[in-house]
Amino acid sequence: MSIDAAEVGQIAHLARLDIGPEDAESHAHNLSGILAFVEQLSAVDTEGVQPLAHPLEMTQRLRPDEVNETNQREAFQSLAPATRDGHYLVPRVIE
Amino acid sequence: MEWEAVIGLELHAQLATNTKIFSGASTAYGAEANTQACAVDLGMPGVLPVLNEKAVRYAVRLGLALDAQVAGRSVFARKNYFYPDLPKGYQISQYEIPVVGPGHLDIDLDDGSRKRIGVTRAHLEEDAGKSLHDGFGTMSGIDLNRAGTPLLEIVSEPDLRSAREAVAYMKKMHSLVRYLGICDGNMQEGSFRCDANVSVRPVGQSEFGTRSELKNLNSFRFVERAINFEIERQIELIEEGGAVIQETRLFDPDRGETRSMRGKEAANDYRYFPDPDLLPLEITPALIDQVREELPELPDARRSRFVTDYGLPDYDAGVVTASREMADYFEAVVSGCGDAKLAANWVMGELAGALNRAGLDIADSPVSAETLAGLLRRISDETISGKIAKEVFEAIWAGEGDADAIIEARGLKQVTDSSAIEAMVDEVIAANPEQLEQYRAGKTKLMGFFVGQVMKASAGKANPQQVNQILKQRLDG
Repeated sequence: MSIDAAEVGQIAHLARLDIGPEDAESHAHNLSGILAFVEQLSAVDTEGVQPLAHPLEMTQRLRPDEVNETNQREAFQSLAPATRDGHYLVPRVIE
Repeated sequence: MEWEAVIGLELHAQLATNTKIFSGASTAYGAEANTQACAVDLGMPGVLPVLNEKAVRYAVRLGLALDAQVAGRSVFARKNYFYPDLPKGYQISQYEIPVVGPGHLDIDLDDGSRKRIGVTRAHLEEDAGKSLHDGFGTMSGIDLNRAGTPLLEIVSEPDLRSAREAVAYMKKMHSLVRYLGICDGNMQEGSFRCDANVSVRPVGQSEFGTRSELKNLNSFRFVERAINFEIERQIELIEEGGAVIQETRLFDPDRGETRSMRGKEAANDYRYFPDPDLLPLEITPALIDQVREELPELPDARRSRFVTDYGLPDYDAGVVTASREMADYFEAVVSGCGDAKLAANWVMGELAGALNRAGLDIADSPVSAETLAGLLRRISDETISGKIAKEVFEAIWAGEGDADAIIEARGLKQVTDSSAIEAMVDEVIAANPEQLEQYRAGKTKLMGFFVGQVMKASAGKANPQQVNQILKQRLDG
């Protein structure tokens, strides 16, 4: 399996990465190499093996439904570039 | 050409837990912005989501109520997309293995028949925050209190064939989640939301047409209007030689139309993968049994019981079991007055009408079930007639006290003394010789006139059965 420069552009767009056309070819080459390496796994016979969702052979622990978090808005918002009236501010996103 | 609509709904029910699905932050509605968004909800580095047990139990409840398969093992996945109210850049959801597998829900159609609607799946996921576009100048404001609130997304099969059916299904599911106590169903606050997938095809064709996905349907009325508009739009488009494109469309309630949300399609590549922060969710048969024990009586079972135990017509039973609150209220009235049919008539009639006019839910009724039962007892024991009871009901509604107090204060006790009624009847007959003559000449429908006159003379207090009986004797004699 390999990918081309156009697919690199598509993935970059979805990941909001600014990759110019001049770099797309080399990324396509490198990513294709990684995929080829991983593809060796296809040689293994997985007939009857359950798909693995997690490497740990454990199941999810559950938490009781009790409030144990307090308001730390001040601390969190001191890290934000812009806030107003308790809201985080971002460039306007309405369509 | 004859067209047929094919509709499937995706319903989002916010689960009525105290805390978020993956954190211990409160989910209480209406708090000041961002005061209930903790480090996990904000996606801070190094945090680890831990699943809320209550959310899991609630999902199992729905699964059992839909007669669905509850997955012994299900997996959480990351759904990747960028939006400012999604702090992590992904939503934790379930993809390949949802917690609830195929099930079904029966709905009542307008013609009185029943239809079984398939439920494909229901999965657990977290809600996003809210973006506010007004009041922040050239910026948008983000409130992340809602981020991480547990949602159950319930996906139907494309089994619905009209907007009416879609609304019937949505109402039934709305009623069910409230019966189960897993969602408060408050649509104004966004606790119960709907997206609709709509396509059309010529009648008789088995393949589906291209569908559009409708969003922003936050009331039953909007769902019906949006789907009807969309069906018409697609039929017109195809008949004019065009083709429906698969896209997301937003319903605009002010204009009553759906609008394309351009640019949304390209982003529909969510690159799901299993979330490495969360282990597979195991639901043991023991837990399922435990949840089954906790299940309340479900709406359909309750409806059948009302028909069997109380002798209600199926239609009435359906109306009074439409919500758990209404059914509880009705049963309290029955146990207080002992007459189920009378109770059903009053709960569905006077009470429902008054609540409707006042825009109140039955849970907020100013007339309690005990008070209404007190009024109905006075009808049953013939202290007052049904007509006077309506007057008493209005007084109770207005806060003037209970039925006995009002009957006493207003002197509304029914006249059952035969001699008193006979006197009134004689007076009325004497005062209307013309009508008497016509009556005796064969115009017997004047009976109604005489009854009305006597009731008027008694200020509505004469026992109607006795009035009828005595009048008939006198007129015919």
